[in-house]
Amino acid sequence: MTLDTQDLQDAVVDDRERGIFRVKRTTMTTDAMWQLERKRIFDRCWLYVGHDSEIAEPGDFVRRKVAGRPLVFVRGRDGEVRAFFNSCTHRGARVCRQDKGNAKSFQCFYHAWTFSTEGKLVGIPDKEGYSPGLDPSELGLRPVPRLSCYRDLWFMSFASEGESLVDYLAGAKEYIDLVADQGRDGLHVLPGTHQYACNANWKLMVENSVDGYHGAPLHHTYFAFLASQGDDDGAKQLRSSEARAYDLGNGHAVVDYPAPFPRPVARWHPIHGDEAKHEIDGIRAELVDRCGEERAHRMAETCRNLLIYPNLLLLDVAGLTLRTVWPVRPDSMELTGYALAPRGESAAQTRRRLEGFNLFLGPGGLATPDDIEALEACQEGFAATAEDYSDMSRGMHRDAATVDELQMRAFWREWQSNMLETGHAAHDEGPRPAPAGVAS
Amino acid sequence: MSAVAEALLSRLAVEEFLFHEAALLDAWQLEDWLALFTEDCRYSIPATDLPDGDPRETLGLVDDDRPRLRGRVERLSSAKAYREFPWSRTTRMVSNVRVLEDAPDTLPGDLAVAATFAVWRYRNGDEQVLVGALEYRLAPGDDAAAFRIRSKRIVLTAEALRPHGTVSIIL
Repeated sequence: MTLDTQDLQDAVVDDRERGIFRVKRTTMTTDAMWQLERKRIFDRCWLYVGHDSEIAEPGDFVRRKVAGRPLVFVRGRDGEVRAFFNSCTHRGARVCRQDKGNAKSFQCFYHAWTFSTEGKLVGIPDKEGYSPGLDPSELGLRPVPRLSCYRDLWFMSFASEGESLVDYLAGAKEYIDLVADQGRDGLHVLPGTHQYACNANWKLMVENSVDGYHGAPLHHTYFAFLASQGDDDGAKQLRSSEARAYDLGNGHAVVDYPAPFPRPVARWHPIHGDEAKHEIDGIRAELVDRCGEERAHRMAETCRNLLIYPNLLLLDVAGLTLRTVWPVRPDSMELTGYALAPRGESAAQTRRRLEGFNLFLGPGGLATPDDIEALEACQEGFAATAEDYSDMSRGMHRDAATVDELQMRAFWREWQSNMLETGHAAHDEGPRPAPAGVAS
Repeated sequence: MSAVAEALLSRLAVEEFLFHEAALLDAWQLEDWLALFTEDCRYSIPATDLPDGDPRETLGLVDDDRPRLRGRVERLSSAKAYREFPWSRTTRMVSNVRVLEDAPDTLPGDLAVAATFAVWRYRNGDEQVLVGALEYRLAPGDDAAAFRIRSKRIVLTAEALRPHGTVSIIL
């Protein structure tokens, strides 16, 4: 099956006047759609690689798979951050065979070609066997076409030309700032990752990660647990009048709402225990001091699920996590969750943070397993018939709330525009968020 | 009684207890299972990429104290734990049981126990197999049970929860 323009135009029905927004389910089931997504989305967008703190020292490296392609993300001995394709320029074997570590150089185990941490080919055994036409300076590890960083988040693009990362991030930048500023000295990734999977289309997890509508019904058991620990207003916060959803441009979107959970930043909750009150009050006072009352309030007492198009989620919720969603097949994805924390945080505060994180998020939590179940149930349901549409019209007649679906519409409008090769979508539904308060 | 006979009897008592625990979990008798734990208990699963990690300091999969473990049991006992309702069918095998001498973090009078496990989980047409190591600290028991579980740490052998997706059952 090959797709034509009409197929892509039919994939999303966007009728503002009648308040209708529907997405054809074949966008999530067919190989043709997935193959085209690889070319028109994953080969063109800025994609998340890793956090600066993961390769803090010269020689530090981590292996990453970005859109199915194996990379080495490394801080060279010269201090500069790079990302290389993890494939020997000689015969193609993966060069770096450890998930992470610190390297003086990378030596391919097959024929022992050796590359520096800056990617230069520095060693060829029995070099006399090659004619002068073989130029080692042309056979360094292949760097990704573009690599760029915003607030310690490193992104890459397989396209050698295109808009800068800063332009690409559009309105998502302010929300990244609200998170990055939570640590006086920035944030770092804690050791340990959640590496899991889901037998469903990747876009279902993107939707789910910013979907406030499912919170109360799907995560009943989580909120019941919080209530048993002395907090019964949990899920109600998702429906408060302050719980908003915003289109941030270029496919990025956010839900921004009063915290329904214990917050590691500075929202004390009975589950933290009385002994934690003093420290959490102190953290809040420091935020006010450094960022001003309005901004401190947003950091401490509100939450945000930020979608950085196409597949990175920055969830500043019961824990603080970066989640990548990588498609493997039309009906299968790989998920990775990282825990972020302010640099220099106390051991007690990190423990509280991790307890909140684990309880809700991740494959062993009280909530995420039910999300996985729901997405797999959707994928299974899609098999019922190949031509149905999913409805995503909630809130089209009002300024969108967290329990509405504007944030998913922002994603799908950009998705359709990318697939049609018409650049960025218009993103003109609803107001943009008020500018975040700035430090006085 | 010889030292060998004593060690054997100790291991038999521990095995009997662990087999009982596995049977409770396979039968979804979760309240009875929870009753095996001490008030100061801990139930934890480190991340698959950091098997030696302490989930209090680094990101793990599960880190429950007694109230959280109770929350987990209550969740799984309800019809709203959608990943596990309807319940999955499971069979657990517990093997290679060893009573350890001089193990760290062991209170006086407690036993340190190492074992391996495999659990097969069937649900909605899927088969999952999870295998790994179990590390227990067992407190002295009472009339109801030979031991109480002070801590249970499950170290998964899998490199990642792929293709499993989740750890939705109690291990």
